Amino acid sequence: MVIALIFALIVIFSILFHFLSPWWFTPIASNWRYIDDTIIITFWITGVVFTAVVLFMSYCVYRFRHQEGRQAAYEPENRKLEWWLAIVTAFGVAAMLTPGLFVWSQFVTVPREATEFEVVGQQWQWSFRLPGKEGQLGTSDARFVSPDNPLGLNPDDPSGQDNIVIIGDDLHLPVGKPVKVLLRSIDVVHDFYVPEFRAKMDLMPGLVTHFWFTPTRTGTFEILCAGFCGIGHPQMRGNVVVDNEADYQAWLQKQQTFAQLSAPKKQ
Amino acid sequence: MTDVTVRADDAIPAAEVEDVELYHPKSWVTKYVYCQDAKVIAIQYSLTAMAIGLVALVLSWLMRLQLAFPGSFSFIAPTDYYQFITMHGMIMVIYLLTALFLGGFGNYLIPLMVGARDMVFPYVNMLSYWIYLLAVLVLVASFFAPGGPTGAGWTLYPPQAILSGTPGRDWGIILMLASLILFIIGFTMGGLNYVVTVLQARTRGMTLMRMPLTVWGIFTATVMALLAFPALFAACVMMLFDRLLGTSFFMPSVVELGSYLQYGGGSPILWQHLFWFFGHPEVYIVALPAFGIVSDLISTHARKNIFGYRMMVWAIVAIGALSFVVWAHHMYVSGMDPNFGFFFATTTLIIAVPTAIKVYNWVLTLWRGDIHLTVPMLFALGFIVTFVNGGLTGLFLGNVVVDVPLSATMFVVAHFHMVMGVAPLLVIFGGIYHWYPKITGRMLNDRLGKFHFWITFLGAYAIFFPMHYLGLLGVPRRYYELGEMAFIPPSAATLNIFITAAALTVGAAQLVFFFNLAWSLFRGKLAGSNPWHATTLEWQTPQTPPAHGNWGKELPIVYRWAYDYSVPGAAQDFVPQNQPAATGAAA
Repeated sequence: MVIALIFALIVIFSILFHFLSPWWFTPIASNWRYIDDTIIITFWITGVVFTAVVLFMSYCVYRFRHQEGRQAAYEPENRKLEWWLAIVTAFGVAAMLTPGLFVWSQFVTVPREATEFEVVGQQWQWSFRLPGKEGQLGTSDARFVSPDNPLGLNPDDPSGQDNIVIIGDDLHLPVGKPVKVLLRSIDVVHDFYVPEFRAKMDLMPGLVTHFWFTPTRTGTFEILCAGFCGIGHPQMRGNVVVDNEADYQAWLQKQQTFAQLSAPKKQ
Repeated sequence: MTDVTVRADDAIPAAEVEDVELYHPKSWVTKYVYCQDAKVIAIQYSLTAMAIGLVALVLSWLMRLQLAFPGSFSFIAPTDYYQFITMHGMIMVIYLLTALFLGGFGNYLIPLMVGARDMVFPYVNMLSYWIYLLAVLVLVASFFAPGGPTGAGWTLYPPQAILSGTPGRDWGIILMLASLILFIIGFTMGGLNYVVTVLQARTRGMTLMRMPLTVWGIFTATVMALLAFPALFAACVMMLFDRLLGTSFFMPSVVELGSYLQYGGGSPILWQHLFWFFGHPEVYIVALPAFGIVSDLISTHARKNIFGYRMMVWAIVAIGALSFVVWAHHMYVSGMDPNFGFFFATTTLIIAVPTAIKVYNWVLTLWRGDIHLTVPMLFALGFIVTFVNGGLTGLFLGNVVVDVPLSATMFVVAHFHMVMGVAPLLVIFGGIYHWYPKITGRMLNDRLGKFHFWITFLGAYAIFFPMHYLGLLGVPRRYYELGEMAFIPPSAATLNIFITAAALTVGAAQLVFFFNLAWSLFRGKLAGSNPWHATTLEWQTPQTPPAHGNWGKELPIVYRWAYDYSVPGAAQDFVPQNQPAATGAAA
């Protein structure tokens, strides 16, 4: 009796915790509201299943607990019931998977108008690179990395000369415009993670990975590393500032290009 | 009705393995140390696994102390923290759960449950244990090596695992890889034994579809392990070469703390594929034996046949097969071609169907049963709650786009601890309370057992259920301190202290369990041969504990499936598998 009650109380406690807990998503700042919606759908379906199974179990524990003279029923199978349960489960799974895959197809389809910029990870700091006036990101390789060229840009590639390089400073993005983030690491695996944007992606050394999003409100958001990258992992922080168009252009004018950064040292 | 109860005479008799003179123990050493008897090997495996498991338990205390009170303990530096989490994970998954389920339960139960005298290759079986012990010792040695054990995280992702930004880069990672290689060699020896014994050494009448689900679970898990571990083996050898010989299997051209290294052309993502091709089946290598054992615990202690036996067998096999085509769900944000997400999300969510069937059949077994709330039954019920909880959060993480915000957060940590930490461990405890009387001839203390259950079950739920919500908030995993983060409210730190308090309590409760194991060995109530009135063969041995060779002169003959409980018209509420049809009721 008490035991059945404890199992039932676990369900009630879990539901109360879910609705009363102060720990929930951070307020979203990107277009990926659909991801939150899919999580909510999943919470409802899984919540109902959890409640039903555990309450059924606790009812059985109460109703069929051993008592003098009780004999269990003998029922090896009930194919009809088993198939019905399997089919209902399959529908429940489909109800979560279908919206999930729809949103995923948006996630993997980068809009044509998205502007590109690059995030570079190294132990343990974030750097950024934006295309210059010509709109091209120049080539790069870890072998070019030096104190003068911390991002490893190819010094002989003319299309890289006008690239805007941001080291040890905040990244700015214009609000409301889709961006394609290109991610590159020059040492180990990192992961570009801004909780408010929902989307995240690994920086895989040897590859250039990507994802896209549209910032939907202005503000300053923290960048964390979500791919374990060694001892300084928790200190690998940065900021992304989402500006309105005027502020963004003002910021952009103040940034230096790769050529400007490396020029004084060539002389 | 079912055809699971075909007649014994229709079955093909098992081949009797020829008796080998060398195999019989002659001295104390060959009986208890260099022993070829699967039952002794099982105990050796179990004690070793529990001993190294205690190390992992202490490590979990230390890391929880750090998370609750960051910076308060001079003996927990950031490097230590990463070494603790890495070793905790590796020990729990490989050296405890895998070894205890397959080497421990597998060795003890397979020969007894299928009516064999022993494993078919006893000498190889013995070697399997000694190589496992060596693997454990190499792992332990890394704690004492210069620089300490590796702190690369249990997934050992290159390049960081072998670069100097990671603790234990000098000796730790080499010993870790060597230990894994040894473990896999040892496991392969044991694993081949379990598979061949199940296929070849079943007694007369023990058809595959009469085997207890425990055997089905362990058997399928072993087949999977034999297919999955080679991927890890190859990956470990390749990483050792990268670290020691300068090859570049997993190393693209990279910079190490500012200086360019002579690596190039390799692929770190290849390691992730190989690791998870092993790593995901590994989850089920741990889960399937638990599924099997818990089915038998529920059936025995509810005095009712397991509901839908055939569906249960096929679910085990289907889960085992599907688990080989879902591995990349651990890599949704790794930068692999994102289109793989469609395939792996679909396969991952399909696994939910056979898994759900198993859950339904467990609770339906309780329906109209005669439920004895013994300690093993309590652990089985606790397993259902934690497994359903952890399994359902898997539907979040498997559903590719939902995984994107949640991956690498505390949500993942909470999920996998609930589903493959807490749930299988509850089954291990339930299994030990259930079979201890057979192994030692004495019952474990009931009061201590109930105390152990409630603290462990409620405590573990209190640790991991709230932890999901930290992940939802965005708290990343593998941070030894959160520092200042604008999006994390101060209340999260309070929750961390609560979780740590629960973790310390649950850990301490395990000492009660170990005390019970030792105390009951001498003072426990005498058990008799079949204290739970169970049907399966291990309870029908002529001696308790079973003697060398298990069965006396004659092997048992099996006449029925493993679940003839509460058969209408039968004299007792159970009919042992080796009881001829004439005296039991026809099924």
